[in-house]
Amino acid sequence: MYAFELEKPATVAEAVKALAQEDAQALGGGQTLIPSMKQRLAAPAVLVSLNGIKEMIGVRKDGGDLVIGGATPHAVVAKEAGAYPALAGLAGNIGDPAVRNRGTIGGSLANNDPSACYPSAVLASGATVVTNNRQIAADDFFEGLFTTALEPGEIITEVRFPIPQKASYQKFLQPASRFALTAVFVAKTGGGVRVAVTGASEDGVFRWADAEAALSANFAADAVSGLSVDPEGMIGDMHGTKAYRANLVKVLTGRAVSAA
Amino acid sequence: MTKVSMTVNGKAVSGEVEGRTLLATFLREGLGLTGTHVGCDTSQCGACVVHVNGQAIKSCTAFAADLDGAKVTTIEGMANPDGSLGTVQQAFQDHHGLQCGFCTPGMVMSAAALLAENPKPTEAEVRHHLEGNICRCTGYHNIVKAVLAASGQDVGQIAAE
Ligand SMILES: Cc1cc2nc3c(=O)[nH]c(=O)nc-3n(C[C@H](O)[C@H](O)[C@H](O)COP(=O)(O)OP(=O)(O)OC[C@H]3O[C@@H](n4cnc5c(N)ncnc54)[C@H](O)[C@@H]3O)c2cc1C
Ligand code: FES
Ligand code: FES
Repeated sequence: MYAFELEKPATVAEAVKALAQEDAQALGGGQTLIPSMKQRLAAPAVLVSLNGIKEMIGVRKDGGDLVIGGATPHAVVAKEAGAYPALAGLAGNIGDPAVRNRGTIGGSLANNDPSACYPSAVLASGATVVTNNRQIAADDFFEGLFTTALEPGEIITEVRFPIPQKASYQKFLQPASRFALTAVFVAKTGGGVRVAVTGASEDGVFRWADAEAALSANFAADAVSGLSVDPEGMIGDMHGTKAYRANLVKVLTGRAVSAA
Repeated sequence: MTKVSMTVNGKAVSGEVEGRTLLATFLREGLGLTGTHVGCDTSQCGACVVHVNGQAIKSCTAFAADLDGAKVTTIEGMANPDGSLGTVQQAFQDHHGLQCGFCTPGMVMSAAALLAENPKPTEAEVRHHLEGNICRCTGYHNIVKAVLAASGQDVGQIAAE
């Protein structure tokens, strides 16, 4: 790993200032960034730890929303997001306990790994990603593999989840990496049903429009049984072919509806 | 170089570290606490698990300078004050929960974190909790048995593997 300076500001304002330095990068739980730095895929000159910013850590209710601080570790969400059980369950099954004690929601969303769990929850819930200078709707946030709407130096300070009437996250585990081989998050609100899929598309997390239409008309597992997902554009690798993943999307959507 | 201060196994310690100094490196090379093992150095194996402010983390995937002021417990801090093995360690010995011993420090630290939160876990809960700790030798059964025994549960019915 190349040498760098570590700074640990106590407020968002100080962190924004620190990140304005040349080649500065934010450090969340480090569960993705530290391995990439060891491989020299990332080589910041200044690392700005967000772990000392109290205003960015914690879970709170705000009206019908559940608000999670951007530097909140997965383990805290698993324990404290009881008002949104599908979300708490998702957080409690990310990686392993030691990863959950360090990894944060902001780091996961900023990274936008195509097989990560949180992006599907944010997209299916129609959550809002709040940064130090704006609010970004979930539909505008994810821009493909490892790419988001975040500008350089922009910090995810919190994520606001409207709590749905019913929801479920179904993760088909890739047991070696502990990420999702494929996973589906289904959320039903007064405005209809949203279905977000991770670990399947070569373009990262996406909404499955056909299933959303079918489930908004009839929220039952067999409402999707006649649908199919085009294997073209799905991820195909040693763990599963494109067709296998396309089929998993449908199967997991049905399971999520049954479990919601 | 920056100065970090921590409480490690109940003792106040401090040292000069670079930004990139990992907690595992600080413990092993700075403090000579070589009980914490580095197996993969890529956050996959769990051999390097220690407790930071009561929580199990992978010390190969955290910077020492980010943990200034933390309370750290390593495998060296798990023995009883008289030097005899602590409860979880003794259970690993009694139930043959180790062979080469490389994964053992991380296993013991992960298991102790589980028991602190959930004093009487089920077998399934133990297995779920240890998912981030890889053992190349034992096949896990005796590790699970040791953790259940350390929780004071009867493991007489579980066949030795
Ligand atoms: C063994 C293992 C298993 C895992 N399993 C899963 C899994 O099952 N599902 C899953 O979803 N993930 C999994 N992960 C990834 C884990 O959830 C990571 O914690 C997460 O992807 C990154 O979060 P972090 O806080 O560690 O971010 P870091 O590694 O610190 O940072 C990642 C990126 O985000 C940026 N960043 C960090 N915080 C912010 C912020 N608040 N605002 C803006 N940018 C920020 C950083 O600059 C960096 O570019 C696993 C990781 C490991 C090591
Ligand atoms: S050495 Fe840290 S997880 Fe393997
Ligand atoms: S006892 Fe050898 S790796 Fe576990």
